[in-house]
Amino acid sequence: MVEVTRREFLKVTGMTLAGSSVAMLGFAPETAIAEVRQFKLARATETRNTCPYCSVACGILMYGLGDGAKNAKSSIFHIEGDPDHPVNRGTLCPKGASLIDFIHSEGRLLYPEYRAPRSDKWQRISWEEAYDKIARLLKKDRDANFVAKTADGLTVNRWLTTGVLAASASSNEAGYITHKVVRSLGILAFDNQARV
Amino acid sequence: MALQSLDIRRRSATTTPAPMVRDGATPDVAKLIDTTKCIGCKACQAACMEWNDLRDDIGKNTGVYDNPLDLSGQSWTVMRFAEYENEKGDLEWLIRKDGCMHCEDPGCLKACPAPGAIVQYANGIVDFHEENCIGCGYCIAGCPFNVPRISKKDQKAYKCTLCSDRVAVGLEPACVKTCPTGAITFGTKERMQSDAAERVEQLKTRGFANAGLYDPAGVGGTHVMYVLHHADRPGLYSGLPADPKVSPLVRVWKGATKPLALGALVLAAVFGFVNYVRTGPKEVEPEDELAAQREKEQIHG
Repeated sequence: MVEVTRREFLKVTGMTLAGSSVAMLGFAPETAIAEVRQFKLARATETRNTCPYCSVACGILMYGLGDGAKNAKSSIFHIEGDPDHPVNRGTLCPKGASLIDFIHSEGRLLYPEYRAPRSDKWQRISWEEAYDKIARLLKKDRDANFVAKTADGLTVNRWLTTGVLAASASSNEAGYITHKVVRSLGILAFDNQARV
Repeated sequence: MALQSLDIRRRSATTTPAPMVRDGATPDVAKLIDTTKCIGCKACQAACMEWNDLRDDIGKNTGVYDNPLDLSGQSWTVMRFAEYENEKGDLEWLIRKDGCMHCEDPGCLKACPAPGAIVQYANGIVDFHEENCIGCGYCIAGCPFNVPRISKKDQKAYKCTLCSDRVAVGLEPACVKTCPTGAITFGTKERMQSDAAERVEQLKTRGFANAGLYDPAGVGGTHVMYVLHHADRPGLYSGLPADPKVSPLVRVWKGATKPLALGALVLAAVFGFVNYVRTGPKEVEPEDELAAQREKEQIHG
């Protein structure tokens, strides 16, 4: 057994105490608590909608920032499938699953734009101007190219120089009205994408 | 199934025992990936990026369907497409959703030297906590499936969390929810095993005699399991290991060697400290100094 003098014993115990006290005072690294990432949808506003891509028309849930309070300005930050929708029951294809980037895309069209003939620039116009322009151009083209009767006298009432593309996510009623309008004008080239 | 901060089964580089009172009451969860139903649409990849707020760099087309080509810090799951010509000469397109398997006996956690950087929750999910990660990459060496990746942005390791944040509030992971063909399902491990058994029976009657469940025993089973048409040859599915095991090197270095080395280190420190305090620093005796002086003179003449 080694001999320890009184002085040596006090030195060793004193320094050990000092060292552990420093560690306790916060110089030792803190133990981090393991916690999962915060659930990001907890009080977000949930809005039901229909996926805009194809005519399968899957139900989606859009999650917006804020609880709808007056001062909270909403912004959609997450989209997933609607489990209560009979078409997709919560599932979404890769296009639907990445809709959030479609919404916030820099290239997304937010209002009517017009590019004049031979111009390389798009200019913003109002909805009224856009409707006027479309109506005027349709009328002009129909007046010039509408075929009421063929050369051998058969009544056809067709207009082949203009086509119409309609939305995929229209309801049955909207689709019916669109169909009536387009066909009554005599247009044959008509696609509402209800054919996936 | 709630995942509070103390419902932890294991924690990397930690010797204090995990809280145990709730053990047994939390059911093990599992994700079942039925490769026989997968069409390779990558909705799971898109949903994963969307939920976890990840956007990987736009890659290059290399002539294969795999996109991105490999897992990364921002791509936690990728579809791997393998073309296999069977005995009849027919082409089989074997598509496997790759990502963390959430091993019951996680090699990454065992290899990790950073306290609390890798944890295993009571429901079996293995999660990385990047705030504790030191970016050493030992988890990659320890993983029998080669899954974790060090991010080029912050030099920390990332992988699939099995959407632990969704599971914690009682939801299924994002990839599971989105899967249009129902190839990915989620539930208790028990339920997933029985569902898989049913599917395997079905596949056997349809000409896949070797169909089976991939739940490798070498890592204690996994919380992400596959139904394979060719369970006898998992290697066909872009190199899925047939018998994955935690490397024996990880077991020895992080198992037996660690406490021994730590003991030796502590002994040396205690001995040095006591010796220094008792006898003070080493002092040169006058005779030694004289001998050294003489030697110096001899050399230099």
